[in-house]
Amino acid sequence: MSAPPPAPATAAPRAHPASPLALFVAFSLLALQGFGGVLAVAQRELVDRRGWLTRLEFVELYAVAQLLPGPNVVNLSLMIGDRYFGLRGAFAAISGMLLAPLLVVLALAASYQQLAEYPAVAGALRGMGAVAAGLILAMALKMLTTLRGNVLGPALCTALGLATLTAIAVFRVPLAWVVIGLGLSGWGLARWRIALHDAAAARAKEVPTDVPTTAPAPPAGRDPGTPG
Amino acid sequence: MMNTLPAGELLELFLRFLTLSLLSIGGAMSTAPEMHRYLVVERGWLGDADFTTAIALAQAAPGPNVLFVPVLGFQVAGLAGAAAALLGILLPSTLLSLAVSRWGATRRNTPLVRAFTAGLAPVTVGLTFAAGWLLALPFIGDPAHRLGALALIALTALVTLKTKLAPMWMIAVGAAAGALGMV
Repeated sequence: MSAPPPAPATAAPRAHPASPLALFVAFSLLALQGFGGVLAVAQRELVDRRGWLTRLEFVELYAVAQLLPGPNVVNLSLMIGDRYFGLRGAFAAISGMLLAPLLVVLALAASYQQLAEYPAVAGALRGMGAVAAGLILAMALKMLTTLRGNVLGPALCTALGLATLTAIAVFRVPLAWVVIGLGLSGWGLARWRIALHDAAAARAKEVPTDVPTTAPAPPAGRDPGTPG
Repeated sequence: MMNTLPAGELLELFLRFLTLSLLSIGGAMSTAPEMHRYLVVERGWLGDADFTTAIALAQAAPGPNVLFVPVLGFQVAGLAGAAAALLGILLPSTLLSLAVSRWGATRRNTPLVRAFTAGLAPVTVGLTFAAGWLLALPFIGDPAHRLGALALIALTALVTLKTKLAPMWMIAVGAAAGALGMV
């Protein structure tokens, strides 16, 4: 099959996966590094190291993935894969995310009884868990920069972020309620702020000016067909 | 121990997990209490310890946490059970996500979609801090290993912020430190 893949969603030159196979390999590698959660590793590999997504794109895709039912990282893989290679890409990314770790975890489940007897194994698992916590915290710190320029403004961003953090970490509110309650609040507030911005922009446009909006000058040598 | 189920019950397991899929907002873990009710209380296919072990194994192994679901299926009915549980929990949510993300991609610049991504961003950042905090909490609460674990957490965060080192190496360091009893 040599059908050209659909153009990537971005116009700017940007690193992107060469084929569905490359997606599959990349997602397999990142999933196999994801102890205690894949999200931080996904951000690390896809944004920091491979440059397939910007931080902001990652946060936006993740926000959508989170509000939809289903495992967040699976939804995230699906969206990224679909973006580059349509259904084939979505399938490649999801398979990469799940297949190798599935084999590992089933092998573990089958041999669990013997493994649990070694204290070194339990210790190693603890150490990996601590690293997982550090990865997630670093990722959260990096995500903070994506809020700069958010239409909500710093005060509302801080309020929503802190409300989310305390609801989950302190009051242990079920995740679904937090995502629905605060997510919908954020959505409504952002819609309101965008309306304010648009209204302000419209007012600014109404200021009368004598300069007509000029079309960009046509490139030399393209005279025929230029209207007027 | 490898259990099997008759095909009819396997199908029932699959159908039950299909319906749970659309309820799994925020991740498959949010449906874990309902799975426990079905597999342990209602059907008696698993004991409490089996259920907890499945979640612990999936947390300890690499990969998405949703993999506790095929482990549950595996404990109930071997490989066929693992396949039924995993396909059941993933199919509906995956198809819905695909449809919604394609719908959103064609309307990326409408105010409603822009508001959605902007409004959800701070919530997502807050959730990520909460996830980091909850993962770190058991280490902070254990006086025997508190210092070592905190040092490892801080070192990992610092290396992640300041370098492009692959997470694999940090995890290897963590595993070695843990196996030596430092964490």
